[in-house]
Amino acid sequence: MSSEYEKDGQPSKTADASPEDANSLSKDETKKFYEDKGIDFSPDSPIRPKPIPPFEKSISDKIASKFGSKVNIDYVRPSRIRISTKKEDILDVAFFIRDELGYDHAESVAGVDYPDSKEIEVVYHLGSYTDEKLVTQVLALATRVPREEIPNPGKDSTRMTSLREVFYSVEFHERECFEMFGVYFEGHPDNRRLLLPEDWADIPPFRKDFKIKGR
Amino acid sequence: MATQLPPGIQLEKVDDRIMTLNVGPQHPGSGHMRLIIKVDGDYIVSCDPDPGYVHRGEEKMAEYRNYIQNIPHLERPVIHDSCNILYPYCLAVEELLGIEVPERAKYIRVIASELNRCIYTLYWLAIYGIFLGHSTMFMWPAGDRELFIDLLEAMSGARVTHAYLVPGGVRNDLPANFEERCLRQVDYLEKRLKEYQSIFYKNPILISRTEGTGILSRTDAIRLGTTGSVLRASGVDYDIRKKEPYDVYENLDFETVVRKEGDSYARSYIPYLEMFESCRIIRDAIRKMPKSGSVRTKLKPNPKGGNDEVYKRVESGRGSLGYYIVSNNRPEPYRVKISVGSFRNLICMPYLLKGELLGNMPSVYWGLNYWPVEADR
Repeated sequence: MSSEYEKDGQPSKTADASPEDANSLSKDETKKFYEDKGIDFSPDSPIRPKPIPPFEKSISDKIASKFGSKVNIDYVRPSRIRISTKKEDILDVAFFIRDELGYDHAESVAGVDYPDSKEIEVVYHLGSYTDEKLVTQVLALATRVPREEIPNPGKDSTRMTSLREVFYSVEFHERECFEMFGVYFEGHPDNRRLLLPEDWADIPPFRKDFKIKGR
Repeated sequence: MATQLPPGIQLEKVDDRIMTLNVGPQHPGSGHMRLIIKVDGDYIVSCDPDPGYVHRGEEKMAEYRNYIQNIPHLERPVIHDSCNILYPYCLAVEELLGIEVPERAKYIRVIASELNRCIYTLYWLAIYGIFLGHSTMFMWPAGDRELFIDLLEAMSGARVTHAYLVPGGVRNDLPANFEERCLRQVDYLEKRLKEYQSIFYKNPILISRTEGTGILSRTDAIRLGTTGSVLRASGVDYDIRKKEPYDVYENLDFETVVRKEGDSYARSYIPYLEMFESCRIIRDAIRKMPKSGSVRTKLKPNPKGGNDEVYKRVESGRGSLGYYIVSNNRPEPYRVKISVGSFRNLICMPYLLKGELLGNMPSVYWGLNYWPVEADR
């Protein structure tokens, strides 16, 4: 993951892998486990460093040179770029991505809840149909909004600018993100519930503090 | 319009001309969703889709189960296209855990998912036929679909919920004599598809009901971010199997089907033509597949993804299907987001229905290749 994540310690804090985890064997043990059963041992290093692809690098460089310290290039991989920005700047960055770089639609808008750092991340996955060079690319544009301990969707500080005027296709995705995470999108003309029932009275269900019964 | 109506009112006069009409969720023509339609006489003035009746929280459930336990429940949104909805999940988990897939497994996956695409399309075609009042078109595909279901049953052991694709390959090897049997069924399907053409797609009643209805221009199709057959019916040549080939699709011989009309007829014709391409892919894959070898790289028990995230997508029967998985060094994913074609195509329903005759609603609705259960997840 990005340097930003490690700085926050967000996923890794919750993730403090307990070495005594009974289910996870050490490398040698796993090897033995499989060799005893006569099975090929799968590759054991999960993350291998990959060379940075030049085309993707050129796109991320364009964004970085335009916005400087306002954006953070989280990673550049084959066909995938992820950049994160402050929520105040996201509209400018989105306009630049659409008008200068040629991305024209959103594939998904995903919320990710980080209760430990009191933030909710909103990730836009953007793609392009029109630019032949960009058809394999998916650009993830991420921003973080404050998270309230007791959510009051639509009325608390969990809000950001809607990207609907930039990418029209985010309309229903943002409505889903609003009801599932309580992120209010300012400027969205239709911030109603989409999937949840009208009489849903609990907190937004995809937040981490909403627990499934029995789990 | 006089007042804003609260939802849930069956039939109410808004003013002298405009009436609100709820289509669904019980109405058989709407699937598991509701369309709040305002009509002026016989013409639709506005349409407000209200999905969510089959929302099951698949994404939330995935956060509580490990990468292997997630397989059977993540295929539930579209059980009759289960190989294609599991495909991006497998690709994503493989990238996350750094697993290599054996060559033979890649071909088997392609064959399974193309067979499944045909099963899905035939099922969709049956529903599309019956809602346009063509009951032969309901019976034929529903019957022919059984042959492919039998094939996948022989491969996986289950008729509809196969859970056949797993991270690392496929669950088990092909049964004996599979190639022969598969090629025979594919030949049979192609023969039958030509009969569909003469009884259904050249039917003057179908043509008069669908041609020129619900026109989506190329610009709008791109702006609204539609995908799959809806996008290709509006003249955009975009198929992830061609544009961003996964597994062995780049070695296989097939074409992308594109039409320029953008009407309901073109949208319903494209999935049909794609079945021929699926047959081509299956034949080619069987020819090029290694005849023996491993079909699955076993995972470690309770594998953990690093502090990482991944976004993988494939072309399903309803368009692009992507998985965004955030992992945090735990055996369970931290967050799973499924970006499905049905949900993305839902956005153009209000645009297409505006100004249409109410009687054209089924052809526009089902022409979108929309599957409510998948859209709700």
